[in-house]
Amino acid sequence: MQLTDHRDIAASPETVWASILDPEVLKACIPGCESLTGSPEAGYEAIVVQKVGPVKAKFTGVVTLSDMVAGQSLTITGEGKGGPAGFAKGGAKVALAPEAEGTRLSYDVEAHVGGKLAQLGSRIIDGFAKKLADEFFERFKTTVEGPAAPDEVPGEASGEEPGDAPSPEGGEAAQKKGWIKRVFGG
Amino acid sequence: MPKDHGIGASMKRREDIRFLTGRGQYTDDVSLHGQTHAVMVRSTVAHGRIRSIDTSAAAAMPGVLAVFTGEDFKDMGGNPAGWLINSRDGTPMREPKRPVLAHGKVRHVGDAYAAVVAETYQQARDAAEQLAADAEIEELPAIVDMVAAVADSSNRVHDEIPDNLCFDWGWIEDNRAKVDAVFKSAPHVTTLELVNNRLIPNAMEPRASIGEYFPGTGDYKLTTTSQNPHLHRLLIAAFVMGIPENKLTVVAPDVGGGFGSKIYHYGEEAVVLAAAKKLGRPVRWTAERSESFLSDAHGRDHVTKIEMAATKEGEILAIRTETLANVGAYLSNFSTATPTFLHGTLMAGPYKVPNVYVNVKTVFTNTVPVDAYRGAGRPEATYSLERTIDKMCRELHLDPFEVRRKNLITPEMFPYTTPVGLAYDTGNYGATLDKAMEIGDVAGFEKRRAASAAKGKLRGMGLSTWIEACGIAPSHLVGVLGSRVGLYDAATVRVNATGNISVMTGAHSHGQSHETVFAQIVAEKLGVPESSVEIVHGDTSKIPFGMGSYGSRSLAVCGVAVTKAIDKIVAKGKKIAAHMLEAAEEDISFADGKFSVAGTDKAKTFGEIAFSAYVPHNYPLETLEPGLEETAFYDPANFTYPAGAYICEVEVDPETGKVDICSFACADDFGNIMNPMVVDGQVHGGVGQGIGQALLENTAYDENGQLLTGSYMDYAMPRASDVPFYTVDYSCQTPCTHNPLGVKGCGEAGAIGSPPAVVNAVIDALHRGGHTHVTHIDMPVSPSRVWSAING
Repeated sequence: MQLTDHRDIAASPETVWASILDPEVLKACIPGCESLTGSPEAGYEAIVVQKVGPVKAKFTGVVTLSDMVAGQSLTITGEGKGGPAGFAKGGAKVALAPEAEGTRLSYDVEAHVGGKLAQLGSRIIDGFAKKLADEFFERFKTTVEGPAAPDEVPGEASGEEPGDAPSPEGGEAAQKKGWIKRVFGG
Repeated sequence: MPKDHGIGASMKRREDIRFLTGRGQYTDDVSLHGQTHAVMVRSTVAHGRIRSIDTSAAAAMPGVLAVFTGEDFKDMGGNPAGWLINSRDGTPMREPKRPVLAHGKVRHVGDAYAAVVAETYQQARDAAEQLAADAEIEELPAIVDMVAAVADSSNRVHDEIPDNLCFDWGWIEDNRAKVDAVFKSAPHVTTLELVNNRLIPNAMEPRASIGEYFPGTGDYKLTTTSQNPHLHRLLIAAFVMGIPENKLTVVAPDVGGGFGSKIYHYGEEAVVLAAAKKLGRPVRWTAERSESFLSDAHGRDHVTKIEMAATKEGEILAIRTETLANVGAYLSNFSTATPTFLHGTLMAGPYKVPNVYVNVKTVFTNTVPVDAYRGAGRPEATYSLERTIDKMCRELHLDPFEVRRKNLITPEMFPYTTPVGLAYDTGNYGATLDKAMEIGDVAGFEKRRAASAAKGKLRGMGLSTWIEACGIAPSHLVGVLGSRVGLYDAATVRVNATGNISVMTGAHSHGQSHETVFAQIVAEKLGVPESSVEIVHGDTSKIPFGMGSYGSRSLAVCGVAVTKAIDKIVAKGKKIAAHMLEAAEEDISFADGKFSVAGTDKAKTFGEIAFSAYVPHNYPLETLEPGLEETAFYDPANFTYPAGAYICEVEVDPETGKVDICSFACADDFGNIMNPMVVDGQVHGGVGQGIGQALLENTAYDENGQLLTGSYMDYAMPRASDVPFYTVDYSCQTPCTHNPLGVKGCGEAGAIGSPPAVVNAVIDALHRGGHTHVTHIDMPVSPSRVWSAING
């Protein structure tokens, strides 16, 4: 399955790039990620729990970053073994381009599944992969753009441009705190 | 008044008493003291190189008794192909070794490369999951598409076979030049490219095996889901494991359907035997349904281009086909015969077409092996022919009924030798066509069409006139054609001292009703009640060496062996009677269970003769052995040739593309009928499977060789609501001329004749509805395909 889309992120390409290379960000943005260790250079080991249709599995695998052109583009490749559930693998070619309001992040995603996942879940796998990719990049956008107003609760933010909300505390630490809060619904 | 017993009676099936009350004894029902459980570790990639398998963690898990990999079996023989096919240039087919467990490479998703045996099933399963995690398999690019497989020699299913081609077969090569010449000057040529969709057999009972080893005697026993226990024993003993044949017993107890998929020997059977020997305990394995999808031999999977040369009046002058046939990753036992001698030899159909040439290239791919499945090659031939004739009729604006009638072989032409190597002994194809038109009410179609149109539905009618070669098979002929076995069958009739009868048959019943029908034959011939006849099958230690059940052969081959053994019983009984009645043997006649002296009232009952044979006090011991037990082997002189005409009516919803089957009429010639109710059931089942292929079933692989239709969520089996009430007739009977029962076989007919009738009906409906641009839709003719065709 293949899919191409983009997100406009209200942050500079440099900020976006730095976030992509931040394992904490990756961990928070990969849906179902239970752990992620490693470095951008050496690659990561990850544990991800996902449910595809009737198959729920814990995938252990590796995530590697390659073709890195600083501030511009890279390829994220992942391959996970889900034991009896089979395996999933895929990659995303990511490109960053400066926009007036920030950065356009474009991505080409390719995903494959094998084993029981393919045998049982093929009807829903395309939709599932799209949902997963959408979720990842949406979380990533939210994370990079930083926290909204402190009294804001999820749902009320609709219609607002999160990037417009001033950061009350400022700085990277506050930003991180903000996205953790968002991701975990805090 | 119809008979209520004996030959021709619709006797209820005695096996149903246990099947319908949950008292069947299937392999998985067998429970043995000290038994252990095996689980296979199967590849999740279609093509991969096995880099390493670390079995230590799995072996150390709770309850684990043994772990096996391909390494443990690498010195055993390969599971062989039963037929040697030569390519057009005379070179023999490429025959890669099929190991017990994959070694070096895995070649399809589901290819077993290891096995774990443990005290409990769950322990074995847990350890198998651990082992899978500890196996390093480097995924290689999968070879899925047959055209690409042949074109790209860099990517190989078997490293030693550069173009993934098993063989390139021409039938008959000597016909080729003449056929080509006819096409050059033909007034009309119809061309059709079609796919015969890959099917998964889906027997209700999954495959299962139990291995036992008896160290005290060195004997092995395999209880397994087999259509042919002696064939299994031969393959395992002589080819794979090197066990003396007399040290291995194969038992196939009740078997819940096979449809071909349980003819073949599979690696799991050797694994449980080897494991039983190693552990000194019984080892059992039962496939999960997912494993059945991934490891039972699949069926069909042909891509064909067929051309038909004809006059403007629809007289067929020549037929030429080019087929790519998928054999999957390994050669299953009958896989090379199915697309060749069970397919190419039928390409003349029931027609007097003088020139036929068939080319078949069989291709290795990273998919489950493909082999014979109900019909086996003959459905593929029939579908190609019947679809093409229909297309030709449309192109020439001719009536499909009349064109077929014009081309059918007529009764006075028998015996008829076809240009593709068969000699049809008898038939009346025009009679079955007339009967089908009568019971299908062709005359009333227009009225029904108008009624459908009033509801907004498009109604169409499709015809198929089919023939098959079954009663497989005359050994002398199949030997010439490359078979590595003989295809006779055998039966032993044992009259017990108390007069009741045990009949041991080589044929195996897994749905065919032998226990009922063979008993009817014996009862009729010996003048005894059916209740005194027991049919014993499925155990190599009890039955004579017969070849089992497939190819619509049980009755036409093994049934005849039963009658031959009975003839011997009667002949011996006459000798005994002659002695007891003090008459000349030639004066003794046997009828209605009595041996009598001609012209007198002196007689002995069958029971008295049997008793005398076993208590030979008054008996000609100096010239005659005591006992009353006879065995007969029967090797048929020819194939049998059932044939018929099927008419299907469908309604198509032009808004959704949904096809509903309104009626299905079958007029078949099966020769003599032993039990009409059983024949009804066989036709219903066969047509149901054909409708499944035509409308619903498809096996889908993605480009990486992942099976996408690996469960009933994605593989659409026909349900009761998908099939109509059938109209079945077999009153047109031209008895087979070369077997004493005059029978032809009916097991595969429905699956052979029905798919083209369905698709022809759908195309007919679309044309009548004005969608004349649609010339063909590949099976399964699903709503999306029909809708796309209408709107494309």
